[in-house]
Amino acid sequence: MSYAFSPNLEEKFQWLCTRYPRRDAILLPLLHHVQEEHGWLSPEAIDYVAKRMELSPARIREVASFYSMFKLDKKGKYVLQICHNLSCYLAGSDELIKILEDKLSIKCGETTPDGLFTLERAECLASCSTAPMLQVNVWDYHECLNPEKVKRLVDDLKQERFADPSYEARVAKGGDM
Amino acid sequence: MTQKITPAHPLERRVILAGFDEPKSWTLPVYEKTNNGYVSARKAATMQPDDIIALVKESGLRGLGGAGFPAGMKWSFIPKNSPKPVYLVVNADEGEPGTFKDRQILEHLPHRLIEGMITAAMAINAKTAYIYIRGELRLARERTEQAVDEAYKAGYLGKNIFGSGRDLDITVHPGAGAYICGEETGLIESLEGDRGQPRLKPPFPAVSGVFGGPTIVNNVETLASVPGIVNNGAAWYMALGQNTPRAGGTKLLCVSGDVQRPGFYEIPVGTKLSVLLNEICGGPLPGRKFKACYPGGSSSPLLKADEFEVGLDFDSLAAAKSMAGSGAVIVMDDRRSIPEMAMRTARFYAHESCGQCVPCREGTRWVYSMMKRLCKGQGAVSDIDKLIDACGNMQGRTICVLADAMAMPVESMLKKFRSEFEAIARPDSEVEAIVPKVSGQMAMLMESIRARQMTK
Repeated sequence: MSYAFSPNLEEKFQWLCTRYPRRDAILLPLLHHVQEEHGWLSPEAIDYVAKRMELSPARIREVASFYSMFKLDKKGKYVLQICHNLSCYLAGSDELIKILEDKLSIKCGETTPDGLFTLERAECLASCSTAPMLQVNVWDYHECLNPEKVKRLVDDLKQERFADPSYEARVAKGGDM
Repeated sequence: MTQKITPAHPLERRVILAGFDEPKSWTLPVYEKTNNGYVSARKAATMQPDDIIALVKESGLRGLGGAGFPAGMKWSFIPKNSPKPVYLVVNADEGEPGTFKDRQILEHLPHRLIEGMITAAMAINAKTAYIYIRGELRLARERTEQAVDEAYKAGYLGKNIFGSGRDLDITVHPGAGAYICGEETGLIESLEGDRGQPRLKPPFPAVSGVFGGPTIVNNVETLASVPGIVNNGAAWYMALGQNTPRAGGTKLLCVSGDVQRPGFYEIPVGTKLSVLLNEICGGPLPGRKFKACYPGGSSSPLLKADEFEVGLDFDSLAAAKSMAGSGAVIVMDDRRSIPEMAMRTARFYAHESCGQCVPCREGTRWVYSMMKRLCKGQGAVSDIDKLIDACGNMQGRTICVLADAMAMPVESMLKKFRSEFEAIARPDSEVEAIVPKVSGQMAMLMESIRARQMTK
């Protein structure tokens, strides 16, 4: 499957190139845009980015693999990352991890057979006074969790009752902006 | 969902967070109407760079990201009339476990940061600035990007700002999930589109930083403190401090863990830790007693409950053999197991080590494995001294301080709560019988430590 920037992404790419004195510097923001549009950083997407940036694909992979937010493997539609760091642990994240593992019948690091959920542990995500917390697909934060809320979240996601977390969508709804 | 907005506690003093509870405080019209918005930036545009630096030096403002380096002094390191472009970089890669203060500023008062950035850029003659925001903090990034757009449209950024004849461009740059990018040279590498592995110093960023130009990297909270200093003067800022002759101003504290009211509080520098926990945060949970806390993020050595009468300022905490760090207070009560906390602390740093330096890459993993073994009830009594020794040998031997950041708190736990570790450890003979196999690498490490202990 070949990959190319959409017109919208092409525009973002051109804009990014004007903001830095060296083109290499656009790599992180560009990979975020590609991942958001394409779902993950597939080998095709990496080859294409490399070509456009006149860098080797190995260089792109070298950088992307350093950062936890970039997905170099295809994961579930919903990646649930639950924080297991100090403050969340004190607030009971171990229990929630167990509940999620039981409810989804997978262990942390695995994906459900239907490809809907991937469950992962995450390090501190700066929500320590609203612990325990988890994030869905990298930046949709769910805070002040308890067993009921976690179970409800999984049920909602299963039934596609998932609010689009994009900024535009939330503004359009007149939500918390 | 963001933090609940509550009115300030009587013992709080909101300077950085002034106007925090206004509806839509993050928009330019609200910020300008209620917050003396951009008054300080206008004033700074008419000041000479040396005067701004002198003012900030006099105020005693220190880097509030963790290191506590005097901000005015840092700015003064930028060479005058540099032939290369000078850059200002904001470190908003907030990742220290327990810390969530910069997120609040970015989500609720991004214009205060931009205002501080304009002043700093005037002081160091930077025409280009970047805000490096932790990738996961999406709402913070969206609101900051929106604020930058608003400032451009109002003519506060771009060419000839406030008619001063000076230019400033700001770009918001997302990180992508790596704790080490909070280290300033790691951040610079990452901003250049590379793996965020810290650089050897010297040269310091003020001489050669991002894109080879002289660079100042400041934390969000530090820059957000600048508008208050420009508006009200250095003496006013210094006088905000309490019980401390050498430090002034306010500090954002993030409290989490076992207290009645976790949250973030802006308090005068020097306020006692016991006042913060017992009065502002409402004390321990019902029927519980405090056991210990990290006073400045997970990198800071633990303080026991009987050490809580310490002032929350850089010097007092250093005297108590801990550190002010990022201002994240993680509280544990009498239910908690210290070995368990030590294991989790070590696990975090083992996960986040960038892998450049051997003492850090191997040391963090090794300490984590040993802690895990202890917590499983399979550790030996002699492990405790080996761990203390390993922690001591990791400090000061690496390019950046990530190794120290693990070794310091873990060492403090081993020393201050030794009996808890002893209680879960087994006699050495028993352990050798149940854990006969260790990996080759681990065996070599253990052997080398044993050999060194014999020569002592």
